[in-house]
Amino acid sequence: MYLRSDERGPQRNTGLALRIAVFGGVGLAIFAVLFFRLWFLQVISGDRYRAEANNNRTREFRVGAPRGSIVDRNGEVLVDNRTSLALRVNPRKLPPRPAARRAELAQLAELTHSSLRRVRSLMHEQLKLAPSAPVTLRRDVGHYLVYYLQENQERFPGVEVQRVFVRHYPRGALGAHILGNVGEISERQLKERRYRGLEPSDEIGQDGVEDTYDRFLRGRPGVTRIQVDALGQPTRRGRLVSQPPVPGNELRLSIDSGVQAAGESALGLRGLPGGFVTMDVHNGEILGLGSFPTFDPTVFTKPLTQSQVDSLIRDPEAAPLTDRAIAGLYPTGSTFKLITAMAALNTGVITTGTTIEDGGSITVGSQRFQNAGGAAYGPLTLVPALQKSSDVFFYTLGQNMWDTGALQHWAHLLGIGRPTGLDLPGAASGLLPTQRWRNRLFKRGETDRPWSVGDNIQLATGQGDLQTNPLQMAIAYATVANGGTVVTPHVGMQVDDAAGRVLREFDPKPRRHVHIDRGYRAAILEGLHLAAQAGGGTSYHVFGGFPIPVAGKTGTAQRPPNPDQSWYVVLAPYPNPRIVTAVTIEQGGFGADSAAPAALEILEAYFGKRASGEAGPNGGSPG
Amino acid sequence: MYATRTRRARPEPFAVRPGIAERLGLPYMDGTLSISAVVLAAFGVFTLSQATLHDVPGSPHYFVDRQVTYAILGLVGMYLLARVDYSRFRELRVGIYTFLCVSVSLVFVFGVAARGSRRAFELPFFSFQPSEVGKLLLALALAGFVIDGARRGSARQRTVRYLCLGLAPAALVFLQPDLGTSLVYGAITLAVMFVGGVRWTHFAVIGAALVALVTIVLAVAPAVGTPVLKGYQQERLTSFLRPSEDPGDAGYQQNQAMIAIGSGQTTGRGDRATQTRLDFVPERHTDFIFAVIGERYGFMGAALVLSLYALLFWRALRIVTLSKNSYGTLVAGGIAAMLLFQVFVNVGMNLGIMPITGIPLPLLSYGGSSVLATFLAVGVLQSIHMQARLSQKGRFAW
Repeated sequence: MYLRSDERGPQRNTGLALRIAVFGGVGLAIFAVLFFRLWFLQVISGDRYRAEANNNRTREFRVGAPRGSIVDRNGEVLVDNRTSLALRVNPRKLPPRPAARRAELAQLAELTHSSLRRVRSLMHEQLKLAPSAPVTLRRDVGHYLVYYLQENQERFPGVEVQRVFVRHYPRGALGAHILGNVGEISERQLKERRYRGLEPSDEIGQDGVEDTYDRFLRGRPGVTRIQVDALGQPTRRGRLVSQPPVPGNELRLSIDSGVQAAGESALGLRGLPGGFVTMDVHNGEILGLGSFPTFDPTVFTKPLTQSQVDSLIRDPEAAPLTDRAIAGLYPTGSTFKLITAMAALNTGVITTGTTIEDGGSITVGSQRFQNAGGAAYGPLTLVPALQKSSDVFFYTLGQNMWDTGALQHWAHLLGIGRPTGLDLPGAASGLLPTQRWRNRLFKRGETDRPWSVGDNIQLATGQGDLQTNPLQMAIAYATVANGGTVVTPHVGMQVDDAAGRVLREFDPKPRRHVHIDRGYRAAILEGLHLAAQAGGGTSYHVFGGFPIPVAGKTGTAQRPPNPDQSWYVVLAPYPNPRIVTAVTIEQGGFGADSAAPAALEILEAYFGKRASGEAGPNGGSPG
Repeated sequence: MYATRTRRARPEPFAVRPGIAERLGLPYMDGTLSISAVVLAAFGVFTLSQATLHDVPGSPHYFVDRQVTYAILGLVGMYLLARVDYSRFRELRVGIYTFLCVSVSLVFVFGVAARGSRRAFELPFFSFQPSEVGKLLLALALAGFVIDGARRGSARQRTVRYLCLGLAPAALVFLQPDLGTSLVYGAITLAVMFVGGVRWTHFAVIGAALVALVTIVLAVAPAVGTPVLKGYQQERLTSFLRPSEDPGDAGYQQNQAMIAIGSGQTTGRGDRATQTRLDFVPERHTDFIFAVIGERYGFMGAALVLSLYALLFWRALRIVTLSKNSYGTLVAGGIAAMLLFQVFVNVGMNLGIMPITGIPLPLLSYGGSSVLATFLAVGVLQSIHMQARLSQKGRFAW
């Protein structure tokens, strides 16, 4: 035995027993803590951790659906898609160290011609909406950049390139105002009911038919839920659910790209702001609708540069985004005389045979109203009065109806100053001046005088406070031409699915019906026909050589201090018109100077026939 | 000894001609201790076999094969040690202590570097980490020094001497650097001193010094600009206080381990486990194997493992009280502390209540040296048990 220093047995040592008891107590406490913690994690909070584990291992990838294409009435493609490469950053895979992260983002900013601050704010915004989702830094990156990033992958952790669909416009700027553009859904739009189910960074139509028919064009994004490992890499057999994207449907517009192109080039040729609309008088299908200056919708597929913003938005004079054909607010000049004639005939102020002496001017109180150019046409009935656009004739009608409200009643019936039901956003209602309107303004002290005879005389010839646009004028003319149907103008015609089956046809019901006497209609159309294509007519020198009989009315709206605004509204073919075309050109001078030739070019395109170069010998009186 | 034949159903095993079991010494061993150790090791191998099936491409049993080999080696070693009278180690204390310090130091010269630290030798067939077996050697040597020096010097001198003897190898291991194992050395040292009768007042001073040390190392030194710990060590030690979602942070691992264990719920997820199968939890075959058990086998499996450790600790503590001499008491105390400390720190780390220190879970974590060392430690416990039983019977080892 070698228990030299150990004669006492350990069991007999009470100090040792205490120490072993303390040791055991510590062990007991430790195991109790471990058991309790284990029980707490697994039994009490197990559900929460199970959910967290499941959330950990699955990633949802949204697969964008290609947006439906937009074609014209003949199937010619106006908008389709092209695939583009988008540069995205996955924040989960960026370097964790702030300095390395910063350096990488700075380098990316430089490569994408951006700044670190812009990249950061972009990421901050998108991550607020969708935490830990990849952030799109730039769309449409060039191939050279993609190759560079792929070759230097290890220097750019977390950077990925994804194929996305981008709108493509084969016809360039054609129909830009109708088509509109697409863009990422805004925070406010996300809350709207019509965009339910969409997620941040999804693209929706933001203007034009892209907006109106968004739900048909949009399609449904696919969803792939896959199981991933800690590095976010998909695991083998890791696909959990897969729902393929459903492409958007094709939208067919009533637009005829030939008419559209003719209208846009007719406006562009004159180089002055203006708008035009060409519409089927029977069903309201719009064949062409445009505004000048216009813009290239392709610019909206990329982030706008400052100079683009300046030219598109900051320039109130040009305002290329404004569609003057539906949002313009102009007096119409003599093109309004059709409405004045309808009102006078229907209220018995005149008959088609009533003669009024045109002495060159009329005087009401202290005011003297003259014919344009100081002409005097002598005794006139309605037809020659329209043909020559006698102002005195219509001044007299306006004077006779000044406090009956008949003129306003008929203008209102024919759609002036009220919503048209057009399927494009941004249309203006305009303003039809009435006795009540002006008197109310006067009472509130917002104008210097109450309603007077002069106001009605002005309105009878489309001057003064009247504010309307080519679309409303086209509807008014169409109503007379088609015998009383106030059509609902529309550009959307039908929706086809990917297989070409028709899903939906748009044939909106007429807004209302107006009783139009056949005799009145015939007389008015005859007057307009003679104005366009008989010697002495106001636009004879423009339409005299056009082989198709038409009925057209010039208009010259006075907009002091600016030069006069040119108007022309024409129905063709006479006497049973199929289409109406209304053109206005700001600062275009007399109606026959610029708007009428522009309208002629549109009709030439529609009918496929050119006017013989010879113009009428007499220019007729301007109106 | 005075039990009557009628009360004992079985004859005294050694009263008759010694049988096989008698000759192997099995009746004098603690069966519960051995069985709980073997069951734990088997559970570890089973878990490894399921969790690491796809870890090494082409050899699904890579980890299992190695672990089983070491476990068998360990079992053999355990039996051989059990049959040796541990008291001889007391005489060899200086040799053992020297061997411990030299082998731990040799790692600096011949060791292979793994993840920035040199801890192991690369031998022809396997790598060997001397600091693992060193835990057992430290307990054996230090207990010897305590017994031997019990009457030399004042109480204060003795305390300082024991501390220095224990902390020297701990410091060597810390420099490898292997913070976790050096902490285990510290725990063993303190436990041997505690059972060895160092005064309570001295422990109070040591405790205060520890608190001060931790404060200085973790808070003051980095602030002053002379950090003692490496950046990752510091981060690991403190990150359990602030779990993180960021994969780059140290707290992320722990958070993922907690999610893994919690998601196991009561009955576990089996092969549908994702946290520990899809790499969300790092080091799942070594430091975080408890998370694998928690996720795969749920509360039932994890609690079973904890119960087995509790059983192991209880048997070790029982052997502390049974030992025929003070040396055995101190050695058993050191081994019990080693087991308890490792289980507490490792499982606590998995459960998110202890810092990440890289201490393996005895018998379960993959790692040959660790498994071998733990089995050898159990062997020493068995030896103490056996000698106590034999001395009760008035007989001694052969």
